[in-house]
Amino acid sequence: MSVPLVTLLGRVTLAFLEAIGSVTAFALQAVRCALQPPWYRKQIVHQIMEIGYYSLPVVGLTAIFTGMVLALQSYTGFARFSAESAIPNVVVVSLTRELGPVLAALMVAGRVGAAMAAEIGTMRVTEQIDALTTLSTNPFKYLVVPRLIAAVITLPILVLLADIIGVLGGFLVGVYKLDFNDAAYLRNTLDFLQFQDVFSGLVKAAVFGFLIALMGCYHGYTSKGGAQGVGMATTSAVVSASMLILTFNYFLTEAFFAL
Amino acid sequence: MAPSKISLRGVTKAFGPKKVLRGIDLDVTPGESMVVIGGSGTGKSVLLKCILGLMQPDDGSIKVDGVETVDLGDHGRSQVLRKFGMLFQGGALFDSLRVWENVAFGPIQSDGMPTEQAREVAIAKLGNVGLGPEIGELFPSELSGGMQKRVALARAIAREPEIIFFDEPTTGLDPIMADVINDLIVKCVSDLGATAVSITHDMASARKIGHRIGMLYEGRLIWQGPVADIDRSGNAHVDQFIHGRAEGPIQMQVRKL
Repeated sequence: MSVPLVTLLGRVTLAFLEAIGSVTAFALQAVRCALQPPWYRKQIVHQIMEIGYYSLPVVGLTAIFTGMVLALQSYTGFARFSAESAIPNVVVVSLTRELGPVLAALMVAGRVGAAMAAEIGTMRVTEQIDALTTLSTNPFKYLVVPRLIAAVITLPILVLLADIIGVLGGFLVGVYKLDFNDAAYLRNTLDFLQFQDVFSGLVKAAVFGFLIALMGCYHGYTSKGGAQGVGMATTSAVVSASMLILTFNYFLTEAFFAL
Repeated sequence: MAPSKISLRGVTKAFGPKKVLRGIDLDVTPGESMVVIGGSGTGKSVLLKCILGLMQPDDGSIKVDGVETVDLGDHGRSQVLRKFGMLFQGGALFDSLRVWENVAFGPIQSDGMPTEQAREVAIAKLGNVGLGPEIGELFPSELSGGMQKRVALARAIAREPEIIFFDEPTTGLDPIMADVINDLIVKCVSDLGATAVSITHDMASARKIGHRIGMLYEGRLIWQGPVADIDRSGNAHVDQFIHGRAEGPIQMQVRKL
């Protein structure tokens, strides 16, 4: 039997609103738990290592090649109207304001968001989360809060390093392939760079970190069924985190433009 | 008659249109070992989860030591759960932690016991379930099913709870290991003087660990009484279940090939 289009549209809208409500309630509970003791410091340190330290190679590689490609592409365009000297400026601003935070966050979402959803999802379906509760341990405080805190702390640090590595990539291409003077390239980069460029990127990174951990924890925590449920939770965590990163990136950029 | 340790009145729980519990009345006295039997999907696990607060019943009253526990807040729930130990069907051991850390988890995280002291407690509890200290250094994935059940039992008794729940304690074990686990349950419950509620469909286990048995069928406790009386319950459903007959009033939902 075919379902009328209006009914279908209504169902989809209700499901969408229900999902938003559910995620918002989850986020509010996580924030409420984050503001009250106990804080599991060992868990937070462990998550900082997982999210930050072990993501560094992936983020570093992404950043250096992005910086290198950016320098090459900028040269191709700018050479047409003899504006090659603007390449260092374009590289550093693009990286610090946009590409650094967004690409680092997308890479971390793929690596860490998926791992969070898989780990917490497996704990859910094997009753380990129920076991935490019966041991008088709040699963939100033990599992969700450390991941959120660690991601919010770690993402800005990762992005700062990605900015430096990306600029280094642009510098290497500029100096060794495009025959820039190394001192002039660095001077151009530093003279043009403003505090707000870096700051806006770091604020974005903190927000993206929150979103990645929130999506990873939410989809893992609410996963159902067995292996299939955990698999779906993992996919949903990465997809929803990536979508939210790109959406929030626009609104955050607009907010920073207004300043 | 002693006041009930656990008292349920009119507990109901439904998932959408499916009514799993349809008004459960149950009293468990201090030091008693109550076993709830019933087929798969009859709501045995839901019953335990409602008592523990892992699920919210739709209606009814659940009292522990005379205190109403339905609608308790985080702090109140945590206080009540301090009285409980739980052995989960699949063990539910934390696979990222070593065995001794699993057993010591409650004492360290919830009771604030120093790590070294908790480690000694964990090794002692592992000894109580017949496992040596060397097992404590392994991860749960390195253990057999029977050993995982023993570790889960050690974790359940680590905080010396007043009430212990056993969810299908012998499921998936060979008959000999199942009997070993049954003996350990009887010993641990007796040593602690704890009140126990077990759910199982293993009648050998039910007869061994229980003082009293109740049968759950279609969301209701259709019979309860002392273990010695189960063979003369006079209830056709109970008779069919304990003798494992395909023919009888309980009809399995299976399609003919």
